[in-house]
Amino acid sequence: MLRLPPFQYHRPRTIEEAVSLLHEHGPDAMPIAGGTDLMPNMKHRLFTPAHVVSLNGIDAMRGIEVATDRGTTGGGSASSGSPASGDGPSAHALRIGALETLADISANPLVRRHFTGLATAAGLVAGPQLRNMGTIGGNVCLDTRCTYYNQTVFWRGALGYCLKKDGEVCHVTKVGKKCVAAHSADTPPNLIALGATFTLAGPTGTREIAASDFFITDGIWNTRRASDEILTEIRIPLMGPVSNGQRGGPDDDRLGPGAGGLQRRSAYRKLRQRNSIDFPLLSVAVVGDFGQDGSMAGLTGVVSALGARPRVLAGWDEIAAGERLRPHVIEALADRARAQCRPLDNIIVDAEWRRAMVPVQVRRALEELAGG
Amino acid sequence: MEVVRLRVNGDDRACGVPAHYTLLETLRYGLGLTGSKQGCDKGDCGACTVIVDGRAVLSCITPVWEAEGKDVRTVEGLASGTETHPVQDEFDLNGAAQCGFCTPGILCSSVALLDRNPSPTREEIRTALAGNLCRCTGYAKIYDAVEAAAARLGE
Repeated sequence: MLRLPPFQYHRPRTIEEAVSLLHEHGPDAMPIAGGTDLMPNMKHRLFTPAHVVSLNGIDAMRGIEVATDRGTTGGGSASSGSPASGDGPSAHALRIGALETLADISANPLVRRHFTGLATAAGLVAGPQLRNMGTIGGNVCLDTRCTYYNQTVFWRGALGYCLKKDGEVCHVTKVGKKCVAAHSADTPPNLIALGATFTLAGPTGTREIAASDFFITDGIWNTRRASDEILTEIRIPLMGPVSNGQRGGPDDDRLGPGAGGLQRRSAYRKLRQRNSIDFPLLSVAVVGDFGQDGSMAGLTGVVSALGARPRVLAGWDEIAAGERLRPHVIEALADRARAQCRPLDNIIVDAEWRRAMVPVQVRRALEELAGG
Repeated sequence: MEVVRLRVNGDDRACGVPAHYTLLETLRYGLGLTGSKQGCDKGDCGACTVIVDGRAVLSCITPVWEAEGKDVRTVEGLASGTETHPVQDEFDLNGAAQCGFCTPGILCSSVALLDRNPSPTREEIRTALAGNLCRCTGYAKIYDAVEAAAARLGE
């Protein structure tokens, strides 16, 4: 039996009200949505907020729909050049309210059609009950995880606690003052690769931040979200309007093929011990922009569950540019990925094996992309 | 203590609970509904699964206040009077329960599945039950039971 520590439960109806509660109580308050991360962590005494602020009554944080982009995000990051960028203020984005559950996102027709990798990732988070409860906002803000951290207070105390919580030593690196707990959420690598932006509401107003800038390499608190800010929505750029030169409305079925006939495709691979419930030991998100002949105008790969921040793979564009995803290209990309990824013993499974799985999982993700 | 008002298995119930109670603690220790089991008690095992507004969720990590105003269904509410739910009946006939500790949660996940998808494939059943751990059976007879229940419900 694991009891929760005592707290007061607040149920605001608006974003402003929620932010003001978080601001007023400072570090004594934490937001909750699905609760699938916070509740177990509170039972482990990793967090003991005196005030828990439920976001579930805030209707403004729901919904999945095509929205006219505010023109600030441009295209996704798959193509660094112009072809894949949305064009200017009339570009479209998919807006996902942060309270949408992972189950609803994985089943949503718009998400499935445009962002296969994201739909796959949302459908692979934990198990079905947790996907019915957990939200995409919570998944993005998921606390980092480590063998020495996600344990009961009894277990942690027996080892003298760790750097991330209540102690001073990192049991993974043995030296140093940097926490290396792993970013373990499934959706963010996809959101980064797709060029998504996050909206954060705080006491001084709202701000937007690119998914690629949101995470930092500090395992203790690995996001740029301040404790009195709330992630309210996610916007993912949709590839530019229709291919025949006529611009469609937001619900136009033809949205998807990009300018110049480019097609954006995405895939996600997750390595874990069981095919359900578990967090990733390694995850790979890939997004590519393909011409009609199958050649790539851009390719982005993001690997995660290794350190505190998802890693955007470097050097892929120069291998991929103008090429098709033939076996030798996939091998070169997988080799480049392996050279950049060095898992640590922050998860109970052997780090060397996880490293050996990097090129394997990257290859499988790219083969899915090629087949799509 | 605060008073929480819940609709459980069709009945409106009020119960005094500490503010930090989970839905599971309220069901078991406030309302005496001990069918939902406290297994890992941290969202891994699925023994505490109940159906809230038609969806299988984990009551051990649901703050009780999040269930207010919603329709909560537990294993005690699956049967109608003395008539067992076909899923319960088929679990019996197929030997799908051994020690029985995971069974209430699996029954709830199964009923939530069949309410949404009356004729699931074997794969859909496996996926829907992937958040319920059973350490006895090896799952095969559980899937058989759900398949049999779906067939019977479809008659």
